[in-house]
Amino acid sequence: MEALQTFFENYGALLARGTLDTLLMTSVSTLCAYILGIPLGILVTITAPQGLRPHPVCNTVLGWILNIGRSIPFIILLVALIPLTRFLVGTALGVAGAIVPLVFAAAPFVGRMVEQSLAEVDDGLVEAAQSFGASLWQIVYKVLLRESVPSLIRGASITFITLFGYSAMAGTVGAGGLGDIAIRYGYQRYQDDVMLAAVLLCIILVQIVQTIGDVSARKIDKRNR
Amino acid sequence: MIQIEHLSKSFASPAARTHPSPETGQHALHDVSLTIEDGDIFGIIGSSGAGKSTLVRCINLLERPTSGHISVDGREITGYKGRQLLQLRASMGMIFQHFSLFQQRSVLRNVSFPLEIQRKPRRVCESRAIELLELVGIAEKEQAYPSQLSGGQQQRVAIARALANNPRVMLCDEATSALDTATTASILELLHSINAELGVTIIVITHSLAVTERICNRIAVLDKGRLVEQGATREVLRNPQSQATRELIAADRVAAFPAAACESAGKAGERAGKTADEAAGKDRGEAATEGTRGAAGTRSPGDTGLACKGADL
Repeated sequence: MEALQTFFENYGALLARGTLDTLLMTSVSTLCAYILGIPLGILVTITAPQGLRPHPVCNTVLGWILNIGRSIPFIILLVALIPLTRFLVGTALGVAGAIVPLVFAAAPFVGRMVEQSLAEVDDGLVEAAQSFGASLWQIVYKVLLRESVPSLIRGASITFITLFGYSAMAGTVGAGGLGDIAIRYGYQRYQDDVMLAAVLLCIILVQIVQTIGDVSARKIDKRNR
Repeated sequence: MIQIEHLSKSFASPAARTHPSPETGQHALHDVSLTIEDGDIFGIIGSSGAGKSTLVRCINLLERPTSGHISVDGREITGYKGRQLLQLRASMGMIFQHFSLFQQRSVLRNVSFPLEIQRKPRRVCESRAIELLELVGIAEKEQAYPSQLSGGQQQRVAIARALANNPRVMLCDEATSALDTATTASILELLHSINAELGVTIIVITHSLAVTERICNRIAVLDKGRLVEQGATREVLRNPQSQATRELIAADRVAAFPAAACESAGKAGERAGKTADEAAGKDRGEAATEGTRGAAGTRSPGDTGLACKGADL
């Protein structure tokens, strides 16, 4: 009991700081990844061969972008983007420095997640909207996005958790956060207790986020009542 | 008045080229000409893949005809694009076999959807939607969501939604094929009263003769994309001129014949058991069973009131 108290006295502030940094990095990059990823997902959906505005060239190019973006290993992207990161946020270190590569890694992923969610919307609903004279953007906004909200929320919690994992890797290049703590204290200094505490915190946070995502998606979904 | 002249539609999609079938065949429609007068309840009948859906989808240009002309109230519409096309579609209501209600919107917001599309103020949308829900008889469900409603209630919501923009024409694509006999009767009754009271021209696609007998004053028979017969419902059914029409009538009679009906009901029971886990009504076999029940229903004593109303037309 006493050992636990000393541990918290020594590392409590560090772990609290790490938790906050991780949450900040992950949520800001999830948000930015969605700002980029939603338009990508919509464009790739509507330009598809059976889409609302088929456009083979645009669709193929977008497909490549989304695939290439997802095939580069994150750790490579992290290093390769350092000059761009410096240009955009002034530093490649810390929370701000980690957000840029996280967004670039997640946007293509989000694009595919959004595409997937929109594909789940029944074609009959799109046809019904068309039969009432809805324009392309009205269909996208009022039917495709609106009807797939529960699915988009589930996708967002998956994205958040994926980025949570990536942010630990960003720790290796000095991003801060729980991953950084686990590596520096646990791996490099052999302080297993600190590593264990950091990993436990990660597990708890992921559980919380997943639960919030599942519960809110279920609450918002008006089907199967 | 809707005039269709020499309308042809062929699908050139890769799917049609690689898998020619009645639905995706090269010629979905071939040289179809017909006239639908204002105030008609016009039935388009034919077996699966005869081109009924394609024909009705050409009327609001959900499908582009390959050749031929369609004019609505004297205006040629086949060349419509952009805003003009959206306005044309908004001027017609449409209902569907599987209702196609927006699952994440309440009943009220489903009905106000076509008005939202026209950028009407929210208050106008809501009061009009309530009015329409009263008209179709489910005003108390305005805050419910489609998944909480029965099939018949959902189709009533869809009818209210289709009427939101005060259309002159309503297109019904197999609107009762996913409903049981009693519900079918009540939906047909509603369509009939909408036609009588609001003067809306109604175009009904169906494979069920019972449906056309009940509410249509005129019918057209399609077979493999060709129009084989058209005229007043009673004339066509009493004195069919084409082989396809005779086959449809024969199939209907067989289904209505008690012994055959019992046998097919037994089979339907088995089939229903097998497909219980699948989505209801999507299976073609089940749709056929629906037709059987509908046909048998017309002849049951409890339905005579409605059947007489149908005959009055």
